[in-house]
Amino acid sequence: MDLRDLYQDIVLDHGRHPRNFRVLTDANHLAHGHNPLCGDKVTVFLRLDGDRIADVSFEGKGCAISTASASLMTEIVLGKTLAEASTLFGHFHDTVTKGDGAELPPDLAEDGERLQPLAGVKAYPARVKCATLAWHTLDAAVKGGGLSAPVKTE
Amino acid sequence: MNLLLKERASPAAPAFDPEELRQQFPIFARNPGLVFLDTAASAQKPAAVIDGLAEFYRGDYANVHRGVYRLSARSTQRYEAARETVARFLNAAASEIVFVRGATEGINLVAQSWGPAFLKPGDQVLVSELEHHSNIVPWQMLRQRLGIELVVVPIDASGGLDMVAFARLLGPRTRLVAITHVANVSGCVVPVADIVRLAHEAGARVLLDGCQAVPRLPVDVRALGCDFYVFSGHKCYGPTGIGALYAREGLLDAMPPWQGGGDMIRTVCFDETTYQDGPQRFEAGTPDISGAIGLALALDFMTGLGGDAIRDHEADLTRHAEAMLGDVPGVSLVGAGDERLGAVSFLVDGIHPHDLATIFDQYDVAVRAGHHCAQPLMDRLGLPATTRASFGVYSIRADVDALVAAVRAAQKLFGC
Repeated sequence: MDLRDLYQDIVLDHGRHPRNFRVLTDANHLAHGHNPLCGDKVTVFLRLDGDRIADVSFEGKGCAISTASASLMTEIVLGKTLAEASTLFGHFHDTVTKGDGAELPPDLAEDGERLQPLAGVKAYPARVKCATLAWHTLDAAVKGGGLSAPVKTE
Repeated sequence: MNLLLKERASPAAPAFDPEELRQQFPIFARNPGLVFLDTAASAQKPAAVIDGLAEFYRGDYANVHRGVYRLSARSTQRYEAARETVARFLNAAASEIVFVRGATEGINLVAQSWGPAFLKPGDQVLVSELEHHSNIVPWQMLRQRLGIELVVVPIDASGGLDMVAFARLLGPRTRLVAITHVANVSGCVVPVADIVRLAHEAGARVLLDGCQAVPRLPVDVRALGCDFYVFSGHKCYGPTGIGALYAREGLLDAMPPWQGGGDMIRTVCFDETTYQDGPQRFEAGTPDISGAIGLALALDFMTGLGGDAIRDHEADLTRHAEAMLGDVPGVSLVGAGDERLGAVSFLVDGIHPHDLATIFDQYDVAVRAGHHCAQPLMDRLGLPATTRASFGVYSIRADVDALVAAVRAAQKLFGC
């Protein structure tokens, strides 16, 4: 396994320069995620407009994989409906655990492609939770409403 | 090769050759190229332990303390001889040694048996910021149960235990000081002799967590004067699931039983049951017979190498790692006070410890990355995690060099 399959340029770039890395002051949903195994912490902020993600951001401390995954996630789910975000989460989860996600509807196919650089995680079972932490936290923010309990990957 | 070395004239160089010693550890033959730097989590096992255990099962195994037949008597003799080996290793008496699952169980035993018998609400137990969770959580559980107070001795700016603060926090309500002998995250060697002296002057008992000390330096509980000492067998080249609690003479007899069952009783009637004295009172049920024998084999192996020689070897590798890692731009070491032994925790600018450990793994370098079961210390240091390299008798300088090469490779990959 080449380390470059895991640490692709796009992953390293998003790890170093995460997008949407800020507190969302007008968020109406948020959740805290924590991976107790490695101490990674992430907070996902959402502004939902009906069932559409009008704005999304995150803050926290984590490894390159978890930071890049959170960063890519915020770029991808911005403007999506909750149902679409949920479909993408399922697809991404399958990609990093099984190596292949279920086929996406045509309008989400491009988003699925953009998550492909993280597919290398599949070869590193100890790191799967790093990649999925932000998505689990997004899910909790959607379901938990205003102030929700911390999400754990354990 | 004769590894039975006695008194050593010079402390300058290890009295055994770690390169040769590696050949006694089958893991290295089965995993060529393995750079194992995670001995502080668990040590690899020498053939003397692996084969010795198999031999015991083949030739001498039966339940202990019950059988009339000779095989059981032989097994019992081996089991009790193992207790004597542990006692000799720590300079204690066999009647002061309780076999437990590991240091964690030893601490829980003291907390749950000695605690309620000798502590009352408002009494204080002192721990330190250096502690592993296993020397924090049992006392928090006792706090909840008894209403005692948990007082935390801070570390100083260098990462060592703040002895001034310790002396200040020690007071008339301090009944127990529970502190690590060698810190698992940083390798900091704690001045436990001073701690025991000061604590005893204040009328407090002392429990020392020797998990990282027993594998690395000679431990003499009589010289230390501590009241309780715990360690785990798997960190000193023995099997998992076994460890020992040392309790100074007289303490065990004054402590109520902890778990009830067979082996720990003298007579059982439905109206009244009487208990065994000493260690047996705390060993309910069929014990980990083979574990105890494996532990004795491991301690005999260490005795063969010599405690001072092991310490010198660990110190040599620690100094080498400090120098080599210190030379790499962007690398900083987690402070360990005046003396660091056997483990080095470090940070690399711009690379999270978990990314480092994944990259190291591709170079066959096995390290620990994370909070090392010491979250309060991580919070105190303001770090989510560190990367830790730790050494054993089979570690060599080339392992450290491979680690440093892997650090440089990670920096190159991450462009920092």
